[in-house]
Amino acid sequence: MIKLSRRKFIRLLGATGTVSALGTLGVTLGGCSGKPGAGPRVVVVGGGFGGATCAKYLRRFNPSIQVTLVERNASFVTCPFSNTVLGGLQDMDSIQHSYDALRMQHGVKVLQDQVTAIDPAGNRVTLQGGGELEYDRLVVSPGIDFRWDSIEGLDESTSDTIPHAWKAGPQTITLRSQLETMADGGVVIIAPPDNPFRCPPGPYERASLIVNYLKTYKPRSKLLILDAKDKFSKQGLFMQAWEQLYPGMIEWVKGSDGGKIYRVDAANRTLHPEIGDPVTADVINFIPPQQAGAIVHAAGLVNADGWCPVDQRTFASTLQPNIHVIGDASIAGKMPKSGFAANSQAKVCAAAIVSELGGTAMPDPSYVNTCYSLVAPDYGISVAAVYRLQDGKIVKVEGSGGVSPMDVPAEYRRDEARYARGWYQSITQDAFG
Amino acid sequence: MLVSNTTFRGLLVALAIGLLTTLQVQADEISRATLLSISCAGCHGTDGKSPGSIPVIGGKSSDFIATALRQFSSGERAGTVMGRHATGYTDEEIQLIADYFAGR
Ligand SMILES: Cc1cc2nc3c(=O)[nH]c(=O)nc-3n(C[C@H](O)[C@H](O)[C@H](O)COP(=O)(O)OP(=O)(O)OC[C@H]3O[C@@H](n4cnc5c(N)ncnc54)[C@H](O)[C@@H]3O)c2cc1C
Ligand code: HEC
Repeated sequence: MIKLSRRKFIRLLGATGTVSALGTLGVTLGGCSGKPGAGPRVVVVGGGFGGATCAKYLRRFNPSIQVTLVERNASFVTCPFSNTVLGGLQDMDSIQHSYDALRMQHGVKVLQDQVTAIDPAGNRVTLQGGGELEYDRLVVSPGIDFRWDSIEGLDESTSDTIPHAWKAGPQTITLRSQLETMADGGVVIIAPPDNPFRCPPGPYERASLIVNYLKTYKPRSKLLILDAKDKFSKQGLFMQAWEQLYPGMIEWVKGSDGGKIYRVDAANRTLHPEIGDPVTADVINFIPPQQAGAIVHAAGLVNADGWCPVDQRTFASTLQPNIHVIGDASIAGKMPKSGFAANSQAKVCAAAIVSELGGTAMPDPSYVNTCYSLVAPDYGISVAAVYRLQDGKIVKVEGSGGVSPMDVPAEYRRDEARYARGWYQSITQDAFG
Repeated sequence: MLVSNTTFRGLLVALAIGLLTTLQVQADEISRATLLSISCAGCHGTDGKSPGSIPVIGGKSSDFIATALRQFSSGERAGTVMGRHATGYTDEEIQLIADYFAGR
C-alpha cells in the first residue's frame, strides 16, 4: 500500500505534465468544488494577522479561488500598540480594523461567525450560527488561548479582577481603567509566563508604557515584574532604558528568585510565588501560560504541548490532510509568535496553497520578523531576523538580524519609535487594507 | 487518501480529484522574486506602497533599490533596521527583489 496524499498527487501530476494533457479532455467530477466551473474553495478560520493576510494574498495570487474568512468578531482589535492604549497614549479606535477592504477590494467573503468544529475527514467546518462550510483547503489562524488550569486559582472569570489583556479588546479597557482608578503610590504587578508565548517582548513594552503613564500621573507608584523566566527578549536594551527613563520605578524579579507564581488569590489581589512570601498589589496583570487557540484541539491538530506541528515550508498540518495552520498556533521553527511572523507565514502559506492547487512548484520561501517595542513615546527598540528553510526547519539566516545597538544617541531611539508607528500602519494595511 | 498499488480504480479517483482542482486554477507559477519581496511588505506596505513613516519603495528604480540594499548590507549606508534585513539576502536575490519593486 502506498499512502498518497492528494497534495503529493497533484504535485506528481504537475511534474509529469499529465495535468494539461488530461485537462483538455474536460474531465470533471462533482462534489469537490460545489458549483461546476467555480474555483476551489479555501476557508480561513480567524481574521487576525495570519488569517486576514492569508485571505488577501490568496486572492491576490489567484482571483479564481473562492476565499471565505470566518471571524467571530465584527472587527479586529490589534494587540500590537494595545500597550500604548494602556499607557494612555492612544485610544481603542486607533487599534481597531474593519474587514471592509477584504470584502470590497479583495473579494473575500467575510462571515462573522465562530467555527465550532473542524471535520478533517469530511473537509468541512461547522459554524455556531448554523450550517457548515465545505473546503478544498482550510487555513487556521486562531491565535492563542490560555492554559487556565496551569495556575491555581486562575480561570476565565478571574480575568475581570486580574486582567490578562493578552487578547486586545475588552480586556485592554479593563486593565486601563484599573490603572486609571489606582491611587498614587500604588503597586502594579505584571506577571509574564514562561516560553513559548505570544509576543516575547510584549510584557516589557507594557511595563515601560504603564510606567511612562505612572511617572507623569502617579509618580509615587511602582511596577513589579514577577517573571516565570530568568531572562527575556531585548533584556539589555529594556533595562538600560528603564534605568535612564524610569529610575527606581520598575523592579524585575526573575523566576528563580521568586518571580514564578503558582497560585493566584484573585479576591485579595495576591500572588503566591514558588519562593518567598505572597505579594499583594493594587493592579495585577497576570499573563497566563498559553496554547494554540481552542478550535484546533478537538480537530486533532495539536501535539502534546498544545501547539500545531506543520510542514514549515507550506504550513500544512503534519497531523491532518488539507489543513494549514499559521500564526501563533503553529510551530514555526525559530520564528517567534508575533503579528509580523504571522503576516509573513500567511503569505508563504497562501503561495503554497495557490501553487499546490495550480499544480505548480513553489520556490523556496523566505520569512521575516521584526518586533518593535516602545519604551517611551519617542524611544523605540527592535529585534529583527530573516529566515530560511534548512533541513525542513525555519532558521535564521546567519549574519542577518539582531537587536538595536546599545548606547546610541537619543535620535536613533526616536527614529525607531517613528518607524515602529510606520510599521504598524504598513502591516495593518498589508493585512486588512 | 489511501491508494493501493494494485487498485487502479482508486488511482483514477485520486487522479480525477487532483485534476479537478488543477483544472480550475489557471495559476501562473509564483516566482522566487515574488516570494522574497512580499516579505518586505510587513514594513514597506503591500507592493512597497508604505502608508506611513517607512519609505515607499514600490515604483522606485531597480538601480536605486539594489544600490540601497547593497549599501545597507555592507554597512556603507547607515540606517536603523535595514542593515539587519539586507544582510539576509544574497546579491542575486537583491537584484530579483529590486526588479520586483521597480515594477510595482
Ligand atoms: C500586548 C501585545 C503586544 C503585541 N505587540 C506586537 C508587536 O508589536 N508586533 C508583533 O508583530 N506582534 C505583537 N504581538 C503579537 C501578535 O498580537 C500576535 O502574534 C498575532 O496577533 C498572531 O496572529 P494570529 O493570526 O496567529 O492570531 P490573532 O491575530 O490573535 O487572530 C486570531 C483571530 O481568530 C479569531 N478566532 C479564533 N478562533 C476562532 C473560531 N473558532 N472561529 C472564528 N474566529 C476565531 C479570533 O477572534 C482572532 O480575531 C503583541 C501581542 C500582545 C499581547
Ligand atoms: C522592519 C521593517 C523593515 C523591513 C522588514 C524592511 N524594511 Fe526597508 N526600510 C525600513 C526602514 C525603517 C528604512 C529607513 C532606513 C533605516 O532606518 O533602516 C528602510 C529603508 C529602505 C530602503 C531605502 C529607501 C529610501 O528611500 O532611501 C530600501 C530600498 C528598502 N528599505 C528596501 C527594503 C526591502 C527590499 C526589504 C525586503 C527585503 C525591506 N526593505 C524590508 C524598514 C524595513
